[in-house]
Order: sequence, then C-alpha cells, then structure tokens
Amino acid sequence: MHIEVDEISKQFGTTAALHPVSLSLPSGALVALLGPSGSGKTTLLRILGGLEFPTSGRVLFDGQDATGLTVQDRRAGFVFQSYALFRHMTVFDNIAYGLNARPRASRPAKAEIARRVTKLLDLIQLPDIGARYPSQLSGGQRQRVALARALAIEPRMLLLDEPFGALDAKVRKELRQGLRDIHDTTGLSTVFVTHDQEEAMELADLVVVMSMGRIEQIAKPQDIRARPATAFVREFITI
Amino acid sequence: MSDATLNKGAQPRFRSATEESPAARRIMIAIAFLGLAILVFAPLIAVFAEAFADGVAASVKSLASPDAQDAIRLTLTIAAISVPLNAAFGIAAAWFITKFDFRGKAFLITLIDLPFSVSPVVAGLCIVLMFGANSALGGWLVAQGYPIVFAMPGIILATMFVTFPFVARELIPVMIEQGRTEEEAALTLGASGWRTFWTVTLPNIRWALLYGVLLCNARAMGEFGAVAVVSGKIRGQTATMPTTIEMLYQEYLSVAAFSLAAVLALLALVTLLLKTALEIRHADQLAATHRH
Repeated sequence: MHIEVDEISKQFGTTAALHPVSLSLPSGALVALLGPSGSGKTTLLRILGGLEFPTSGRVLFDGQDATGLTVQDRRAGFVFQSYALFRHMTVFDNIAYGLNARPRASRPAKAEIARRVTKLLDLIQLPDIGARYPSQLSGGQRQRVALARALAIEPRMLLLDEPFGALDAKVRKELRQGLRDIHDTTGLSTVFVTHDQEEAMELADLVVVMSMGRIEQIAKPQDIRARPATAFVREFITI
Repeated sequence: MSDATLNKGAQPRFRSATEESPAARRIMIAIAFLGLAILVFAPLIAVFAEAFADGVAASVKSLASPDAQDAIRLTLTIAAISVPLNAAFGIAAAWFITKFDFRGKAFLITLIDLPFSVSPVVAGLCIVLMFGANSALGGWLVAQGYPIVFAMPGIILATMFVTFPFVARELIPVMIEQGRTEEEAALTLGASGWRTFWTVTLPNIRWALLYGVLLCNARAMGEFGAVAVVSGKIRGQTATMPTTIEMLYQEYLSVAAFSLAAVLALLALVTLLLKTALEIRHADQLAATHRH
C-alpha cells in the first residue's frame, strides 16, 4: 500500500514533536525512519498506526484520506518496542487475538484460526512454542511472536518501533535478515523506526533521516552515504 | 567458588554483602515473632478464650439469639453490597488515573486517599449532616419514605466511604507499572475499547484486584466508627456485628460479646485463607503474569 504523509505536525502541549513533514512511501517498500531520540520518528510511526492523531496535516493510504481513521480501522500491524505481548496468554492466543477480536460476521472459524496461527508460527520458524507463555521466551523469540501477531490480522502495512532495540548484537543481526525475508514474502509496505544507522542502511530500501521533528533527507541507503543532504546527516551516518 | 571450597576450614566462611551474622539474624527473627505474638496472636487467643469461658454451648446459644443473627446477617449484607460497588468504582478510578492524562489528576488521587486521613467518626457525622432528617435533602428523602440515616442506605454509604481507597490504591501502582502498551497492542489488532478492557486490562490486574477486594471486604465487615454514628445502633435493624459487640460488652455480656467477636475474627481469617489458597493454586499463573 502506498503511504503518503502530507504536512503532518504534532504538538505535545507547548513542544513540537513534529514540524510539518511530508513524505511519500512507495507501495511494498521497506522503509527506515532513522534519527536520534527526540527526533519525532516514533511519533510519526504512531500517527501512521492511528495511536496518535496529528495536530495538523493528512495521512493518505493509496490516495485515500485516512487521517480520521480509528486505530482499529487502519489495520496496521504494529510491533512495539518492548513487544507488548499479552503476558497472561499463550503464544497461540497472542497470535490469534486479532482474529478472535473480529466481529462475529467476519471472524474465521476456530479451526481456520488454528490453521492460520500454525502457519504464522512456521513463518517465524518457531513451530513448537504455541503453548508457551511470553515470560518463557527469549528476547528474539518474543520479537518474532510480536511480528506473527501483527501479521495475523492481514494488515495493510507493517509498522515496527525499534524492533531490534531490546536484543543483543548477535540476535539482532539474525533477526534483521528475518524481517527482510518476511517483508519480501508478504510484500507489505513496512516502516520501522531505528536510531541505529547501520541497521537502517543495511536493511531498508529507503531511509528517512529525521532530527528535531524535521526530515533531513529521504533517499536510498547508498545515495545517503554518497550524498548526505545536510551536515546533520553527514555526521549522523559516520558515527 | 572452588578456591573457597578448597580452603574450607583454613579460612573463615565468606559471607555475601547483604547477609547478616547468624546472631543478628536470630535476634531480628525473635523480635519479629515476639511482636507478632504480643500484638496479634495473644489477643486473638484471648478473644476465643473469653468466648468459650462458659463453655461452647453457652457461646453457641448466644450466637443463636435473634439479635446476634440479625447483626451477622446485616454485616454480611452490607459487605455483599458495598464491596462489589467499591470494586467497580476502584477499577474505574484506577483506570482513569493510570491510562489518561488530564487536568486535576493529582487532586483526584488526593480525593481517593481522603477516607484514609479523615476519621471514620467525622465521615459518619458528614453523612448525618448531609442526609439526616434535619437537612433539606434528608428531610425530603424521609418524606418520600427513603430514610438514609439510621437505616441501611446510611450504613452502606458510611462503609463505602471508609473502604473506598482499598481497591484503587491496590490497582494504581500495578497499572502504572504495566503501562499502556498492551492495551495499545490490542487496539491495533482491532479490538474495541471494551474488549481490550475485558481481555487485556482485567486479566493483568486480577491479582491486585483480588487483594484490594479482600482488604476492602475485611474492613467493610469490621468498620465501627462511621457505622456507629449513622446507624443509630437499633437492635435487630441497624446494629451491625461490630456495633452489637460493643453494646453487648457495655452490658457486661462478655460471653455473647466475645462469641460474636470470634465470629468476626473467623470471617477475617477465612478471607486470608482464601487468598493464600488461591495464591498456591495459581502460583504458575502468578509467575507467568509478572513482568517479563
């Protein structure tokens, strides 16, 4: 799905988290929102997901105005920074949650839900953990379960907030490839937030560099390396 | 570790930084037990001893009297009405305080704590002033046939006022610690606010809620001051267990007073046992729902 952000701004009280920003993300792209903390990247992601509403501006999905669309109606698969798995439910119930939450008319039958959950557990290469609780999983497994849970609702796009932030370096590298593979298999428009320039450059098709609530540059990783648009970008990518 | 084992006997035993010497540990444990014995166990035993001073039969007979029966029934009714209501209000208050940011939040938290700092007698007097037959509102209600003071509604109001903070106070820290992200996750997965509350919020707070409800229940059954002021202590009508115990005691009917006191103490003990039993039975769940 093609995502367009049109002059979005966001005020929290008297502080501006986002100055009017605009960007257009091609359908099916894997996009990184890159910037230091406080750059407004998470706010922008939450606005795309419908968890936050912009002070001004519009969000367009495939050319249709989606600014006023509720979080439920956006159908954005959202992966939270600390994964926010439901700790009192098994992995199976976590992944099935979105399907069970559908209104009766569009809710799949029990057997169909079980089939889909099994398929998703295979996709994240953890076929045998359905009966476990989140507290019994490693950090990397939790992240993949959160991804499966987000994919279960057949989302129109995938939004990830620092998906690798809570993991150690080795797992981080493995899961990067995992996300790339899942993105390529599903073909979903995917936006992830990161403060790690290496991660953004290695994984994304398109990198949006942000600072102080403004977009500094939008370009392919190799173009950002070759031609940083501003002094900030040059400095940030050479750390 | 292996070095320490090798040198065993030759070197003094190493102690971790937070560990006290054996003597200090024994003294502290002894002090704790002594305190508990004097403050908790001894009075409890004394209550039962006094209750059975004239034998078990006399005690049972006093409990079978209509006044005692009415008092027990009234106290259980009051608890059965005010505890669920306060559980609902407590959940609502904790929910609004922890999940939303709004003006006057600090003020609302102070208001919730008010019953802890106001003397129950004062609270009772406030209810009498507000709803008594001499006030405009109370006079009108009495004229309609719904007296509040010296009747059941007044006792329920007083009990609810005194026990209001228990559930909310128990829930607020837990809900703050858990944050909002699990609820947000449920919303992004398409769940409505109501469904999110029932399937995510409530299961996550159920243990804190249980503790709050048990504390609230214990206090609701035991409340004396506020209830004594608003109830008028009419035997067979508005005398609860604690107020009946006091009246019997004033009349030197010590077997009857202590028998009823023993029942009240037993009700509290049952509540505690219930809580412990639930904890043991759901130990695995309790561990799983802790923060990962």
